[in-house]
Parts: sequence; structure tokens; C-alpha cells
Amino acid sequence: MQQHDAPDPTALTTALAGLVRADRGGHGAPHPGPPGPATDPLVLADRADGTVVRLGDTVAKAHAPDCDAAELALRLRVAAHPDLAGVLLPPLPPGTVARLDDGRAATLWPYGVPVDPDAPDDAPWEAAGTLLAHLHAVRPDALRRSLGCGPLPTARGPLKAARAVERMRAALTAPAPAPVRARPPEPASAHATTPHAVAAHLVERVWAGLPAWCRAEAGAGPPGTDVPPTPALCHGDFHLGQLVRAPAPYGPWRLIDVDDLGTGDPVWDLARPAAWFAAGVLPPEAWQRLLHAYRYASAERGGDPWADDPWPRLDAPARALTAQTAATAVAKAVAEARPFDAYEEALVSACARIAAIPEHGRGDGRTLVRPARRTPGKRTPRR
Amino acid sequence: MQCPKCRAPMQSFSRSGVQIEQCSGCRGIFLDYGELEALSRFEAQWSQQAPPPAPPGPGAQSYPSPPAPAWGAPQQGHHGHHGHHGHHGHQRGFGRMLFSS
Repeated sequence: MQQHDAPDPTALTTALAGLVRADRGGHGAPHPGPPGPATDPLVLADRADGTVVRLGDTVAKAHAPDCDAAELALRLRVAAHPDLAGVLLPPLPPGTVARLDDGRAATLWPYGVPVDPDAPDDAPWEAAGTLLAHLHAVRPDALRRSLGCGPLPTARGPLKAARAVERMRAALTAPAPAPVRARPPEPASAHATTPHAVAAHLVERVWAGLPAWCRAEAGAGPPGTDVPPTPALCHGDFHLGQLVRAPAPYGPWRLIDVDDLGTGDPVWDLARPAAWFAAGVLPPEAWQRLLHAYRYASAERGGDPWADDPWPRLDAPARALTAQTAATAVAKAVAEARPFDAYEEALVSACARIAAIPEHGRGDGRTLVRPARRTPGKRTPRR
Repeated sequence: MQCPKCRAPMQSFSRSGVQIEQCSGCRGIFLDYGELEALSRFEAQWSQQAPPPAPPGPGAQSYPSPPAPAWGAPQQGHHGHHGHHGHHGHQRGFGRMLFSS
């Protein structure tokens, strides 16, 4: 868990717990339950981009300080919309954005049971693929008309990748790592050869070689293949922490966290697991299960847009997410003054392999084209 | 479709070309008529293929290695079929990575 520039977590926890209690009081819907989690707030996540506290069957989230409250309110309405029933976990009624004393936006949700990190065999890969397919099948225009709102926010997949690279750069130039474990700063010459610095160099090479549309650059969206004809509703930050069973404990799986939800190219939601698979941290079978379920459910909802080999479409975004994940790993490892773990090493190695591809980043940034159709069962296009 | 056991919705997905329904609640599986036999058939084919590496190509059905990019990890199947993935030594848990951005 990243802890950097988080405000006083205790005060935030108290504020969020207060919000839950106020909500219960206001709606006369007490769920007292047994003592324990019902009465003592439990911090589920505490990150710069959000702090999540559970109190009984309710979860309160303080969103990132720079979160756009108007966009968040719209994203909440999307999560509460009947078209998304069975896909996104709806917020607790009335589904509005509250303000904490420090100005941060906060929202209330029912508690759901997350994926167990210690039980890989139980990971709901089929449910994940099905939920993403159903999300992507929602027509943004129809949804917008039904909500009677302006344009929906943009999904933040590429933007988050860009942010991760910025965060890595900031971590590398930060004066001192963890405040508690103060260490003497390393001499600049030694710095250039640390594993972290080498990894950062590889991330930068991958990042620099990506086409602009993968780097969330202003104006990126060149003609032809770069903009999908019909933008879909996308999660924007899919990973295993975004799935819960609700109602707890045996309810169906639902997607949570709408902070990055919006319209965009659905390939970004698949690109992160694709990047894990390509890096070797996700077993082929798990990737296969996710992809099978996704394609099956997509076909049920009006067409499987993917050829048998999804990599022509996935390749560039998966490279971007490989860079993003490795950049996050560098930032965390530097901040915590620790070596990479095996998973992080695998992502850095994937960056090295991408950087070693002669075609990567060559020319006008359009190296990674996404042809509409390809012969199935073969390899990545290298043109 | 609702699960006959716990009433949670069932989700359809395809395994080796066979459509099966799995309950999102209790994770029970429902097979249509003949689907169990179809799965058994696929399993038999798979066992026959298992000892030597399965021939690559579009015809291979049961758990072929999924397509991978040119820069995929070397142990993965884009140079052919390597069967199951016993080589993931560090694959005991998930690692925090799969649970964060």
C-alpha cells in the first residue's frame, strides 16, 4: 500500500466513520450487528488516491484530494443506474457525494467481500471477464440520454499510466525515502547503477516508444486506427482489488471503484491482466479463463469484437500498462527503501524485452498499429 | 438463469467450446444435456496429446497456450505448446501487484 502524502489517517478514519454513523442516523436504518467491525472502523485501504473505511456493512471512501467532484457525482449516478445493475456495485442511496471537513469528496457503499489474495485458485476470472464484457456492452449514448446529463467522463486508463510514470520520476528525485527509516543518501554516481535506477531507465525507454494515444498526450488520437469507432463504457482501473461479492459474503461478484470509470477504448480494461500474463506473473490458464469469459459474454451481448488472437489490439496498451506497473513498482520500492519482489522483477524484465524490440518506438509513433482483422493464432504484428 | 440451489444468478461461459453455467453465489456448475460427455471427450483428447508437446496450430482445442506478444515472458507458449505451467515457482499467492493499479 502506498502511504505517500496521505494526510493524517486517523483523522480521516474518524471523519469517514462519522459519515457512516451520520448516514445511519439520518436514514433511520441502523444495522447494529455484533460488536467488532460494526462499531469499530476498519481501514480497508489507505492510499494517496483514496482511503476506504469499513463500519459494519457500510464502507466509506474518501476520494483523492484532486478528484473532480462533479465527475465523481456523475460516475456515482452511472453506478446506480439500472443498466449497470449486476455489473457495478451501486452506491448506498441516495448515491450522492459528501464533503469531509478537509474538503475531500466521500461516498458510501455497501460492504462486499474482496478476492482472497491467498487463494489464487478461487480468483473469479470468469466473473471478471463477464463483468467487464457486460460493462463494455453498455451504450454510453443511451446511458447519457437516460441520465439526462452531458458527456460522460473519459475513462482514465492512459492517464493513470502517465501518472504512474510521473510518480516514478518524483520518487527517484525525492530527497529521502521513508521518514522512519532514514538512511544516508547514496552518492549520485552509485545511484545510476542501482536496480531501481536501471528499472526506471527501462520504463522510460518503453514509455518513450509508445504511440501518443497510449500516453494520454494532449491531442493524441490520430486518424484511422487510433480512435475506436464507438467508445464504450470502461472501468478504467481494473485489477483483482476491484471485485467484491455483494451482499457479503456469498452474493454475486460486482465491480467496484468508479473513480476512473468513463468512456474510452475497452481494450484498456483487458490490458492490465494482459500485461501480467505477458510478464509471466499471471498463469496462462488464468488469463485464458478471463479472456474466454470476456469474449463469450461479449458475443452474447452483440458481438465478439476480438479475433482469435487479441494481441494486435492489446499489444500497445499492454506495453503501456507494463510500463505503468513497473513504474509503480519502482516508486514503491524506492519509497520503502527495499528491493523488488519477484513480481516486480518480472515486470521490469518485461520492460527490458519491450525495449529490446527493434521496432519499439521507431518512426512516427505509429509502429503499433491495430489492424481490424488478422489471421488468428499467430504472433504480434511487427511492421 | 437462477441457481437451483442458492438462487443467485448463473453466469454462462465457454470451456473448450462447451457452454456451461456457473453460479455466481455458490459456484456450482450446471451442464446441459450432453455437455458432460463433450467435456469428457475433450479431456480424453487432451490426455492423449499430453505426453508429447501438442502440435501447434489453430486446430488444437483443449487448453492451448494462449497467444502472447513478441515480448512475452520466455516460458510462455508463443514458441509452441508447453503444457501446464508448473514453472511458475513464485506463483503461490498473487502478490500485491494483482490487487493494485
